[in-house]
Amino acid sequence: MRQENISDLFFRRALFVASIFILLICAGMVYAMVSGSWAGLSKFGFFHFFFSSTWDPTLGHEQYGALSFIVGTLLTSVLALGFCLPFSLSVALFIGEYFKGKKVANVISSVIDLLAGIPSIVYGLWGFYTLRPLMQGWGLSEQGFGILTASLVLSIMIIPYAASLSAEFIRMVPRQLKEGAYSLGATHFEVVRSVMFPASGSGIFASYVLALGRALGETMAVTMLIGNTNDLPTSLTATGNTMASIIANQFGEADGLKLSSLIALGLMLFLITAVINFIGKMIMKKFTV
Amino acid sequence: MIKVMKLVNYFFIATAILVMAACGGKNKSNASLAGAGATFPLPYYTLAFKTYQDAHQTEVTYGGIGSGGGIRSLKDKVVDFAASDAFLSDADMKKMPAVVHVPTCMGAVVLAYKLKDVKSLKLTGDIVADIYMGKITKWNDQRISSINPNVALPNKSIVPVYRSDGSGTTFVFSDYLSKISPSWKSSIGSGKSLKWPVGIASKGNPGVSGTVSQTEGAIGYVGSEYAFAQKIAYAQLKNAAGKFITPSLQSISAAATGDMPKDTRCMITNSPASDAYPISCFTWLLIYKDQKYGSRTLGQATSTVKLLNWILSDEAQKLTAKVNYAPLPKKVIDNAEAQLKTVTYGSTPLLK
Repeated sequence: MRQENISDLFFRRALFVASIFILLICAGMVYAMVSGSWAGLSKFGFFHFFFSSTWDPTLGHEQYGALSFIVGTLLTSVLALGFCLPFSLSVALFIGEYFKGKKVANVISSVIDLLAGIPSIVYGLWGFYTLRPLMQGWGLSEQGFGILTASLVLSIMIIPYAASLSAEFIRMVPRQLKEGAYSLGATHFEVVRSVMFPASGSGIFASYVLALGRALGETMAVTMLIGNTNDLPTSLTATGNTMASIIANQFGEADGLKLSSLIALGLMLFLITAVINFIGKMIMKKFTV
Repeated sequence: MIKVMKLVNYFFIATAILVMAACGGKNKSNASLAGAGATFPLPYYTLAFKTYQDAHQTEVTYGGIGSGGGIRSLKDKVVDFAASDAFLSDADMKKMPAVVHVPTCMGAVVLAYKLKDVKSLKLTGDIVADIYMGKITKWNDQRISSINPNVALPNKSIVPVYRSDGSGTTFVFSDYLSKISPSWKSSIGSGKSLKWPVGIASKGNPGVSGTVSQTEGAIGYVGSEYAFAQKIAYAQLKNAAGKFITPSLQSISAAATGDMPKDTRCMITNSPASDAYPISCFTWLLIYKDQKYGSRTLGQATSTVKLLNWILSDEAQKLTAKVNYAPLPKKVIDNAEAQLKTVTYGSTPLLK
């Protein structure tokens, strides 16, 4: 009896230490970003940095503002989420409800999982060599780079995250609920609409928040396709840049004020992701109650 | 099954070779040197240091972390030498103990373009500046066609491509355009990354040359070492003497003739030499003039200077062409050797 108590205590302690460790790492990251970005933020002011769209690294009159990159990041991510929604939702329904447990559903679900394992550089290359000429051919944009091209590739990249998790939640809807609806004479579609979606709504929503988080932070594929121009995008087919992409591009040779501004961009990305996760959690709570 | 066995065998053989190489390396070398910095000369340094390591029992490791990072590492005294595409300014030199610059090889920035039926193209610095400032937007612009009388230039928009990452290539390119075009100098200036009014950006030489070769009507600036290896179409450029010059190892080396400063710190863009390609550049290795700092031993200091002296030798300079860099002209080597002779350990010179 006593023996068990000691091992229990030890296990609890170990869990405690591990959780505290994660907290410490997170706090350390926030500290490093805040202290690293201090020089830039105090020079330009937090709100000015946030709302200015000038990015001018010319020595002598350096000016850094985050707005172009914030807009680029949100535009590409939200567009990608929009493009991926119809596909991922229908795939989720297919493997989670209509063909649940069938062989074809298993095959599709493993193919979808496979999509998640493809390195982002491969998506970038596919976008560069296949999608970009198509965009040019359709006359959507003259050189084929831009927000739209990047979002299309991003949407394919996030489909597995949204689809496989949603399917999991759809599968988990209690059978009794569905059978109850059927016994009242509901059609398959009616069951999906008025029983399954309400029951698994918060889970499906959570999977889309996860997918959005993935889109916000994606770097390599975006940087290859967005055109990397540091101005506010003027249209959906115009070129632009995202926060993750400019950090990856400029970090190597940056120093002084520019380095600090890049770290500040990292901090903003961190904050935006945190806010989106927070909003996601709030909405999820509302759904479940 | 047999295939799998074969693969496993290969794996064991490869591991064995690696282990032997690692141990062999340790037994042979009696000193080890570390350097870090520029990525532009990385292929050359990899080849040269490997050759040196095999012949002189000195292990040399080099990290291509960017010129800025290399200089930071030298300041922090965590490397024996730094490598940089830009020399230290007088202001920077004052901030640290005396530093000696040793040029190692030469390169250039070439203008790659993609036009389906255009086999050769002539450009001037002015035209290039105006293309990148958005003042010339069509390939059949009168200013381009007037110096290319025998070329059928299409009525196509020009897509200028530049580097999305901070780069010494951008620095050399913009330094040249600043010398040629006053309006470039006042509105854009020179630097490792700039505020570009028009065009699209790609990462690294592979990114720019990939984008150019995939985009009809594109023009982009690419490091010569990369362009020569890729065999992409690049333009002839008018030099200060008024001649149109095709970038080549000879025309790049030719840019470093004439008056060269004793400490080798100079930009050779827009060189006045008649056969010079106008966007040529040096790349340097940097070491402290007094090698007795921190806990450095005499042996470590001697090995460092020996390596740099070897880089200036015929043997090392001959390697440059193998990886598409241009060798240093005799006069620059003489200047660099004179610089190396000023390096001391305490008060004793390290090279006689």
